[in-house]
Amino acid sequence: MALQVVTANRIGDGTVVYLTRVGGWSERITDGEVSRSDEERDTLMAVAQATAEIPEVVEPYLIDVVEEAGVIRPVRYREAIRAQGPPVHPAFGQQAEEG
Amino acid sequence: MPLLRDGALVDDPWVTVDDGTQLPMDGPAIVSLERWQAHRDELLGRNAPLGIRLKSDQPPALIADDLDRFAVVALEFPVFRDGRAYSYARLLRERYGYRGEVRAVGEVLRDQFLFMLRCGFDALEVRDEKAVDQWREAVSEISVVYQPAADSQTPVWALRHRRSAAE
Amino acid sequence: MYRYDEYDQTLVDERVRQFRGQVARRLAGELTEDEFKPLRLMNGLYLQLHAYMLRVAIPYGLLSAVQMRKLAHIARRYDRGYGHFTTRQNIQYNWPKLEDTPDILAELASVEMHAIQTSGNSFRNTTTDQYAGVAADEIEDPRVYCEIIRQWSTLHPEFSFLPRKFKIAVTGAPNDRAAVRLHDIGLIMRRGDAGETGFEVIVGGGQGRTPFVGPTIREFLPKKHLLSYLEAIMRVYNQLGRRDNLFKARIKILVHEVGAEKITEMVEEEWRHIKDGALDLPKEEVERIRAHFAPPPYETLAAAQPAFEEKKRADGAFATWADTNVAAHKVPGYAIVNLSLKPVGGIPGDATADQMDAVADLAEHYSFGEIRVTHEQNLVLGDVRRTDLHALWRKLRDIGMATPNLGLISDIIACPGLDYCGLANARSIPVAQRISNRFADLKRQHDIGELKIKISGCINACGHHHVGHIGILGLDRKGEEYYQITLGGSADQDAAIGKIVGPAFSSEAVVDAVETVVNTYVELRQNGERFVDTYRRVGKEPFKERLYAAA
Repeated sequence: MALQVVTANRIGDGTVVYLTRVGGWSERITDGEVSRSDEERDTLMAVAQATAEIPEVVEPYLIDVVEEAGVIRPVRYREAIRAQGPPVHPAFGQQAEEG
Repeated sequence: MPLLRDGALVDDPWVTVDDGTQLPMDGPAIVSLERWQAHRDELLGRNAPLGIRLKSDQPPALIADDLDRFAVVALEFPVFRDGRAYSYARLLRERYGYRGEVRAVGEVLRDQFLFMLRCGFDALEVRDEKAVDQWREAVSEISVVYQPAADSQTPVWALRHRRSAAE
Repeated sequence: MYRYDEYDQTLVDERVRQFRGQVARRLAGELTEDEFKPLRLMNGLYLQLHAYMLRVAIPYGLLSAVQMRKLAHIARRYDRGYGHFTTRQNIQYNWPKLEDTPDILAELASVEMHAIQTSGNSFRNTTTDQYAGVAADEIEDPRVYCEIIRQWSTLHPEFSFLPRKFKIAVTGAPNDRAAVRLHDIGLIMRRGDAGETGFEVIVGGGQGRTPFVGPTIREFLPKKHLLSYLEAIMRVYNQLGRRDNLFKARIKILVHEVGAEKITEMVEEEWRHIKDGALDLPKEEVERIRAHFAPPPYETLAAAQPAFEEKKRADGAFATWADTNVAAHKVPGYAIVNLSLKPVGGIPGDATADQMDAVADLAEHYSFGEIRVTHEQNLVLGDVRRTDLHALWRKLRDIGMATPNLGLISDIIACPGLDYCGLANARSIPVAQRISNRFADLKRQHDIGELKIKISGCINACGHHHVGHIGILGLDRKGEEYYQITLGGSADQDAAIGKIVGPAFSSEAVVDAVETVVNTYVELRQNGERFVDTYRRVGKEPFKERLYAAA
């Protein structure tokens, strides 16, 4: 079973966010709640859909991740770019916070 | 489905009869193109008004010679993105001079009302009764038109020069 | 340039109010994303990888200094201090907030601008020659007809839900700078038998997954019939264009499947019914619009400008720039100046708010307050006195817009790619930057000569790779970025679709591959041949051999 987290864009400003343990949304993927089974995945998506109806976020979806030493990283480079910010603009996105 | 005619909710006297279903003995009925083509004489023998429903791949050219038989032509929007019926409505009004009801059925959304009106639709089967208020907003949101269509609005290029001629 | 009257202004103001209502309904949860999406797209608002993206229409690429300052202001106040000029001669902002977009549209409306139909399955911004109205080779100013088309195609009730987006380009010159044969409809102004002007009509060109150079369906269309003929084409397409498959929905597929002759027949038949009717614009309306494009008050100047020639002799860097980025103007003593948005290692088409403000100032000072955006993602000041060129050049150098690389290997078109775009498979901008850095030596660039590199991050081909002399297409190959190279494309009057040269290259290898192609050309070229001439003479084999020799 692939590890997954739920991601979306925040409705007001479009910022990339990840669904956290407590059912909120964080800009840091590493705060994301990881699903490890079909049931966990369905639960996460249900929580995400409910917040999308408020609406808090737009079009939540699942992405595959890997977890190493407590750090969560996306598998696909598209999602790595979403998580970090545009590589051509290191001053923008999460990469700026961490740099 | 609620029916909007000229911006008001009206009782719909028409029933749309599926192909597999028996036609009611009397009363206005809307039938498919297929049924019309297969049972033309039978349908004309009915002593009640007849309407026809065209799918989005059935252009009005297919019924152009029979238009005076129909009191309603219903044009389908299977999804709101399928915009073929806008052309069909204009052709009915402008090419074939059809004066009966042109009805939009299927996925008919608020933000299309104005375009539909301009193309010659005069009746819309809408999702719910909220559509009455939406109609009022939708048809008054944009007052300027840049092109002639099947409605009576004057394009601005004509207004501009009408005004300057009057000055 | 065209200025709004009360009707034009009313429409954009009403549109802002309408969109403000739609955004409020969305934020209040009354509209789902599915319902809101088509509405925001009709106002050019996308949701991309990192944020929303707002695409603002610049009708046929023409801007006033006042409008440019407004674009700078929007970049600063609502975005992150920059904007990106696109191949549709528009500008897009990469970081607007949804809640701010009604205010942004209101700011735009205050300077006669909008974002209407910069997305969605309807007419997009009509584009034209960036030298329109001033080009020495022009038959007639096409912008008059671009504006007529703009108005007719705005909120068209019949054609707002087409099978797919629809792009029209118009040129008034035989040298095609607007890629008209690669548009859904291309219009070329021609002279008829009696010397009157009209249009050659091309239908069904395009790029994307299935590129086509469009066929001519009418050799000559008198001008008065322009709108009725366009409406006839659109009515045929709206009814018959494919709606079962997104990738086959453009008119080019219909033209290809049905055949150009049959399409011509259908269009002519439809046109027979509607010509000489309500779509014939009254003469006074055409004249009203034409008056907006009257030439500015040029001074009477000598064609020969000794002071300019003297400056060129004295200053080699200036001479290089003047020979590369300056084009011939139809009025003696004036010149067309290209402002490069392709500095070495830069992001093609990006401009900062400060640069936009500076360009607005320069336009007012040197060029009657007007700026043009090119489909090759540069800017143009169209009416500069030759005697002012040296002063202008110095000021352009100060703002990083004097790179003398117009039409050279570093004048690259690139789509936003996976740095921003939700559809992309691979990044485009970093490849452009690396190529630009690799060929940073200007002497080498000039020795290589005209060479157009165009890069797309996916098969939608927003970076026009099919028509690059060297085209680069980004692919996702098992989770890695790969790049396919095409050779021999052209967007000019000799339009051609490039041919795939062979297997794709990794991100690390692609710049070396481009250099191999260039070196091969340099070795093979004969007296004065451009890259594309050599390619047409020798074909792709010699390039292929060199590229894959080691493999």
